[in-house]
Amino acid sequence: MATDADDRTLRQAKWAPYLLAVPALGFIYLFFLVPLVTLIKISLSETGQRGSSRVDFTWEWSNFSKAFTDFGEHLVRALGYAGITTIVCILLAYPLAYFIAFKVGRWRNLLLGLVMVPFFTSFLLRTIAWQSLFADNGPLLGVAETLHLIGVLDALQITTDGKILNTPTAVIGGLVYNFLPFALLPIYVSLERIPTNLFDAASDLYSPFANTFRRVIFPMSLPGVFAGTLLTFIPASGDFINQHLLGDVNKPVIGGVIQARFLQAGDYPTAAAISLVLMLIITVMVLIYSRLLGTEDIV
Amino acid sequence: MTGRPRLGTVALWIVSIAVFVYLFIPLITIAVFTFNEPTTKFNTTWEGFTFDNWLHPFSESSFTDALIESIKVATVACVLATILGSLIAMALGRYRMRGSAAINLLIVLALTTPEIVMGASLFTLFFNFGADRGFGTVVLAHTLFCLSFVALTVKARTRGMDWSLEDAAMDLGSPPMRTFWKVTFPGILPGVAGAFLLSIALSIDDYIITSFVAGPTVTFPRRVFDSARIALPPQVHVLATMVMLVAIAIIVAASLGRKERRA
Repeated sequence: MATDADDRTLRQAKWAPYLLAVPALGFIYLFFLVPLVTLIKISLSETGQRGSSRVDFTWEWSNFSKAFTDFGEHLVRALGYAGITTIVCILLAYPLAYFIAFKVGRWRNLLLGLVMVPFFTSFLLRTIAWQSLFADNGPLLGVAETLHLIGVLDALQITTDGKILNTPTAVIGGLVYNFLPFALLPIYVSLERIPTNLFDAASDLYSPFANTFRRVIFPMSLPGVFAGTLLTFIPASGDFINQHLLGDVNKPVIGGVIQARFLQAGDYPTAAAISLVLMLIITVMVLIYSRLLGTEDIV
Repeated sequence: MTGRPRLGTVALWIVSIAVFVYLFIPLITIAVFTFNEPTTKFNTTWEGFTFDNWLHPFSESSFTDALIESIKVATVACVLATILGSLIAMALGRYRMRGSAAINLLIVLALTTPEIVMGASLFTLFFNFGADRGFGTVVLAHTLFCLSFVALTVKARTRGMDWSLEDAAMDLGSPPMRTFWKVTFPGILPGVAGAFLLSIALSIDDYIITSFVAGPTVTFPRRVFDSARIALPPQVHVLATMVMLVAIAIIVAASLGRKERRA
């Protein structure tokens, strides 16, 4: 990928770019970087006397060990949900992106617009709609029952005792639904950039389609898959809405724990430590993943 | 494009249609439940058909007020984010500048930080400085997460632009401001408008970050989340459907407009 430095279309100017960039940079500095520093500081603090909301900075590393020992289970659960969600999202989004990019001709923009429509509906209500759809007497289980599939679904652990609502399946179903457009758009963009005459070239040279896909199309769409994975995995691992509305209330995920520690328990240091652990784990996973996929220069 | 296995194409059609159905089932569910007449406090099981909810969409005033609050936040935050984001996008997309790689990284980082971490860090900031949380802090938070989004979208647009048009205008004697308004601005406008609309959608829908910085300010998602496990009147579905219809109208109008210009 071309870096900014060797892009010939860019202009040289003395002050203009800096003047244009300063307002946004100032804003990002004040409300993104400074808060991260305060978060780190509070994660190493100690809560003051009971009842006071003061915290004192004391290099209190025990907050971090507490984050792992007391909330490791919630962390693993959230990452597990996010991992499965990401895989399912990519598997569903890729064919659809391919379909829109190559098979629908002039209907492209309309279909892309349709994919975006869920974005414009309250995502809480979309999730609540899944409550109705997953309900014990809801349509999905009704269909499964008519087809006598409940036993099979139970065996596959898709349903638990013939139920979907309040199980991991419901949470993952909701998450996949929420993040599918985020997985789809970048894959679409990378597929759409592939010149179609490459397909013709491959087929002129008697390459079977499977071969063309494996050797030409798929490698060229990897940056999109990479971006789609990140845009799905990162928000999904912090999400607790789907767990709250569709999952088992007794099995919270890490995002819900962080929110409750901050807003209800008032235990700021531990909550800050858990947030940083989550961010650190995500960063490490992203770095490993980008190394594996060989797309370090994606940004 | 010959020699493609037909079976694969058929499978592709089936999967694509299935995914589209999946995307729209909950939306249709929401629309259908606007006509429900629930006997319990929840509007999640079908009980009977009524037009009442559409005749009195604003009767649940706490939800209406929350929606108005959300629209106010989105308007202020997205105007701010669009201005700041477009300016920095112009800087990155047009000029050779020192530190542009670092700035890009910062913007991507701000975009990919999990909402929960961003919310938590803003919470600690406002807590640390003893700031009162409310409308202002919500606007700041929303501006932040929309800003990086706008910057990346508009930057992508500036990359596709033919800047020599500007040179042509200047060579023909057009002064810089006139060149900006007549050439540069119309060129980036579609990108800017698209980024603005999408950030409205992001802002109006945000729950996680908002919950950390809102204090007493109640936005629509906050109101819905807080009552989701307590009581949810069907008017909520009506309000959400109204927002969805407006959005669809805008998308359709935009794509029609694009077609006309091309023709």
